[in-house]
Amino acid sequence: MSKYTMHILVCGGTGCLSSRSAEIVTQLNKTLEDVGMQDQVQVLKTGCFGFCEKGPIVKVLPDNTFYVQVQPEDVEDIVNEHIIKGRKVPRLLYENPKSKEHVSDSKHMDFYKKQMRVALRNCGFINPESIEEYIARDGYEALAKVLTLSQEEVISEVKKSGLRGRGGGGFPTGLKWEFAYKNTSNQKYVVCNADEGDPGAFMDRSILEGDPHSIVEAMAICGYAIGANKGLVYIRAEYPLAVKRLECAIESARDLGLLGDNILGTRFSFDIEIRFGAGAFVCGEETALIHSMEGKRGEPTTKPPFPATSGYWDKPTNVNNVETFANIPVIFLKGADWFSQIGTEKSKGTKVFALAGKINNVGLIEVPMGTTLRSVIYDIGGGIKDGKKFKAVQTGGPSGGCLTEKDLDTPIDFDNLLAKGSMMGSGGMIVMDEDDCMPAVAKFYLEFTAEESCGKCTPCRVGTKRLLEILEKIVSGRGEEEDLETLKNLSEVIKDTALCGLGQTAPNPVLSTLKVFEDEYIAHVRDRKCPSGQCSALLQYRITEKCVGCTACSRVCPVNAISGSVKKQHTIDVSKCIKCGACMSKCRFNAIVRE
Amino acid sequence: MLKVTIDGKVANVEMGSTVLQAAQSVGIEIPTLCHFNLHGTKMENKPASCRICVVEVEGRKNLAPACVTPVTDGMVIKTHTPRVIHSRQMVLELMLSDHPKDCMACTKLGDCELLQMAEYLGIREIEIGKDGEASTYKKDEGVAISRDMNKCIMCRRCETICEQVQGVAALSGIKRGFDAVVATAFEEPLDNTKCVQCGQCIAVCPTGALTEREYIKEVMHALANPNQTVIVQVAPAVRAALGEAFGMPAGSLVTGKMVAALRQIGFDYVFDTDFAADVTIMEEAHELLDRLTRVGKGDTSVKLPIITSCCPAWVNFYETQYDDLLDLPSTTRSPQQIFGSIAKNYFAQKMNIDKKDLVVVSVMPCIAKKYEAARLEFGQDVDLVLTTRELARLIKQFNIQFEALEDEDFDAPLGESTGAGVIFGTTGGVMEAALRTAYEKVTGEVLEHLEFEAIRGFEGIRTATIQLGDTALNVAIVHGLSHVRAIMEEMRCGNPRNFHAIEVMACPGGCIGGAGQPYHHGDSEILIKRCEALYREDESKALRKSHENPSVQEVYTHYFNHPLSHKAHELLHTYYEAKARL
Repeated sequence: MSKYTMHILVCGGTGCLSSRSAEIVTQLNKTLEDVGMQDQVQVLKTGCFGFCEKGPIVKVLPDNTFYVQVQPEDVEDIVNEHIIKGRKVPRLLYENPKSKEHVSDSKHMDFYKKQMRVALRNCGFINPESIEEYIARDGYEALAKVLTLSQEEVISEVKKSGLRGRGGGGFPTGLKWEFAYKNTSNQKYVVCNADEGDPGAFMDRSILEGDPHSIVEAMAICGYAIGANKGLVYIRAEYPLAVKRLECAIESARDLGLLGDNILGTRFSFDIEIRFGAGAFVCGEETALIHSMEGKRGEPTTKPPFPATSGYWDKPTNVNNVETFANIPVIFLKGADWFSQIGTEKSKGTKVFALAGKINNVGLIEVPMGTTLRSVIYDIGGGIKDGKKFKAVQTGGPSGGCLTEKDLDTPIDFDNLLAKGSMMGSGGMIVMDEDDCMPAVAKFYLEFTAEESCGKCTPCRVGTKRLLEILEKIVSGRGEEEDLETLKNLSEVIKDTALCGLGQTAPNPVLSTLKVFEDEYIAHVRDRKCPSGQCSALLQYRITEKCVGCTACSRVCPVNAISGSVKKQHTIDVSKCIKCGACMSKCRFNAIVRE
Repeated sequence: MLKVTIDGKVANVEMGSTVLQAAQSVGIEIPTLCHFNLHGTKMENKPASCRICVVEVEGRKNLAPACVTPVTDGMVIKTHTPRVIHSRQMVLELMLSDHPKDCMACTKLGDCELLQMAEYLGIREIEIGKDGEASTYKKDEGVAISRDMNKCIMCRRCETICEQVQGVAALSGIKRGFDAVVATAFEEPLDNTKCVQCGQCIAVCPTGALTEREYIKEVMHALANPNQTVIVQVAPAVRAALGEAFGMPAGSLVTGKMVAALRQIGFDYVFDTDFAADVTIMEEAHELLDRLTRVGKGDTSVKLPIITSCCPAWVNFYETQYDDLLDLPSTTRSPQQIFGSIAKNYFAQKMNIDKKDLVVVSVMPCIAKKYEAARLEFGQDVDLVLTTRELARLIKQFNIQFEALEDEDFDAPLGESTGAGVIFGTTGGVMEAALRTAYEKVTGEVLEHLEFEAIRGFEGIRTATIQLGDTALNVAIVHGLSHVRAIMEEMRCGNPRNFHAIEVMACPGGCIGGAGQPYHHGDSEILIKRCEALYREDESKALRKSHENPSVQEVYTHYFNHPLSHKAHELLHTYYEAKARL
């Protein structure tokens, strides 16, 4: 690396890649070659920077210039202006939405200022396909350190760190390791759960794409701690880039003897294999995941027995999710005490969230536990899009619940979210504004869970379907007041009787929206109105006296529902109207209203 | 020992016990639906998927499924609280919301566990999902098995018994969510798959999703035709189970009443498959001796061990799964088909009946016999096959007061049988029958002690070495196809235990546990009692060795000449073909 004087980091995460960031890399290399600077400037494809809203991201080192929304056509300017002449390209810099000033260094951006990157520490900094770069960032030092400790010491350090499972359950990681360690067996397994499935969540993918070695290293540490010589990564096949980088990482770790027999000259041997999932949400549930890896139908079984007792091929197995593993090397590098001082009393460290929905800065963020929702949404997320009013935020994905204005100052941690009727989940965070209809939101999540239910147990197989049918009835204007009672009643029974976490939490979006936004449900079923104006079945278009009879609306109407003479007020035949809204957008006199 | 409190009662149970077992130990019944345990077999289905058996456990936030939740020391359990009952009712209501409501026209009516559960839980309305979607799967009507997956409640019992007990795995859960259902590979009709047609899935299905293909109408039609002579044969295991359908205790022998009922129904001749079983033994025992002699002389055109082939599900199993070993099974046809062949040839000729006008009906404890009768190589020697259950329905339709019937005897000549033919109906019986004949043929001496205790019993695989004079015969008795698979793998490895003869029956317990028998609902004691009944019948017989059957002797004297004769080969033997199936 030493011969290079400058580095250009280009985001190679899935989001930026789909916005042509690979072309940017090619273009950069070509242009640099054209100007003969290929030996002085190195172009690197890194993992995700997190600020997906503004992708593709290009970062120039050493001056830390952070270019946003870069297109391959911009490459010439970057090379000619910035690289050759040392002048930043202002039009590619991030503009602070409040001050309208350009910000060139990401650390001065609101989006990054309140973040703390532990799990994502290497994402966007290193070339994920280079083990040397990982090692240069202290990679595999934690493993080397761990190999000088006893198994008990390793487990005790993880316990002391207070790390809890980031996959959704929040179970203390050290305790989980201890269970697997205490179960004696001639064969044990370490499994990395990379079956990320929450709609909108992509932190695991980003870690695997941006920093795959941290997972390899953490799994080896876990293997040493519990006494396993075999690791398996269960990853969805829809993550081809993550798979490729992980394969590359495993390969290069093997080449350097960081995986395989007698790692670093010790008696510890460990290797990792990859197993592909077909993308079923339920396979993120650890027993279902294990069955799927065994080639069986991906459906959960009751616990106990827990995988720590009887997991993969009935052997003691420790399953942790990607983000959990990503925290492990840091704990050993900086110490459990350092780690446990971050966060709240019972939730230590940081948490990665996938910010999405009606928010200005969509992307992947990492904040210390205990950060308030308000800070995440307004400081980091930049507030609600288009100046609209905040309505609710759904955390925990389809298993979570809606939190509202009154919950915004709640410090985010496992227990607080649970107490507020939602949950941490894997870190999905979808922000909703005044235009979002809550019964429709609940319906969206139920569509997901009903589709993703494995169909094994009755409450989930039939119950989620029936919940969905009732919600469909409500949003299409056919709901009755007693449906609300049935919704509540059925939700409670599903929660109480379903076999696995998927079913037990599937009714949460219904229960939480029903609790907080009951008036919206009542408006749908009693008044046949959708207060947010989202449910087209409940809307009516009407032409007011502002109409001048220009006939534009009647000409654009696809079903000929509008009639009227020229220069006279027109009328809409509601029985014909399909509520497409074409008339309203065509009218130049604001004469058409939707109500 | 762990101490738990269930509904206020204290139970002391062993570590590893489930809540369900603990409750049972103190006389508390917790309702179950998907759970199914056929003791003594590998059939233990507890996916905990129906969620009917949920109970309250103190300190636990949601309800716990009693069938799989292990008890812990000091656990406090409540099995019937309003919360529990309400949950059970709603879960069942959900299940019923996706279940057809035409119970009155269902084959399972009277034995439907879902209906019983609805009654128990007092379901009065099915409000949830009344306008909702209902499953609409295409009905799969096979030769022997009918599948109406709209009635499936995903208990997965069929899948478990097919995979664990039968080692076939023709059925598996497919798809997700509401669309999840148990199906064959690529949703092919069952008859196109590796399904062996044993029907054990039917025997455990709690609803009408899996039932036998009924042929009652066709039989009725034949009986109504004055131009046809309709004769019936009844398999040995039927008489040991039919009484159960009329409320009689398991193990009741109802041979005489059964014959009387069949005669009253209007069959022109009531015959006994036991007769044909005696013929089977004549052929099979001689085949065994022939192979022994030839192998002993170094003839490599034949192989040992000889494996019995009277079980049609087993025939299907090796034709699809062990087609590399097709030269091991005996070529002797099954008793059902031997009967059909003798009836359509010898009997028709003797009675001067045109073959076309002779209808042969079988009553079998078996589902696969329906499939066997339809095999092309057998022509149509057997026209229609009823199960024990169908016979019971037929008897009821004819308004026959079964219990009040006076015993009657089978007709001659195809109704005469020995005790050897009777025990064909239970695991170990075919081997024992063969040994009784083989012993006397080999040694030329009279066999005094007829009971071969060493090969009786219920173990999945039983082996013994039987001394036939100077010849030591290594035999194995296997039932339940998963056990059979283990033995067949040994055969693939060159028969290391040097077996000379193996008896195979596909169903647990043999034909007495056949899937056409009255439902045992998981009570394996019933199977044992049926088995004992057959041994009782054997003991009560004057003749107990197949070769002593005078009617059999007559058939050989006047028709077949001797066992393994050319004519016997033509009419009493068959061939096997490899069948590639999914």
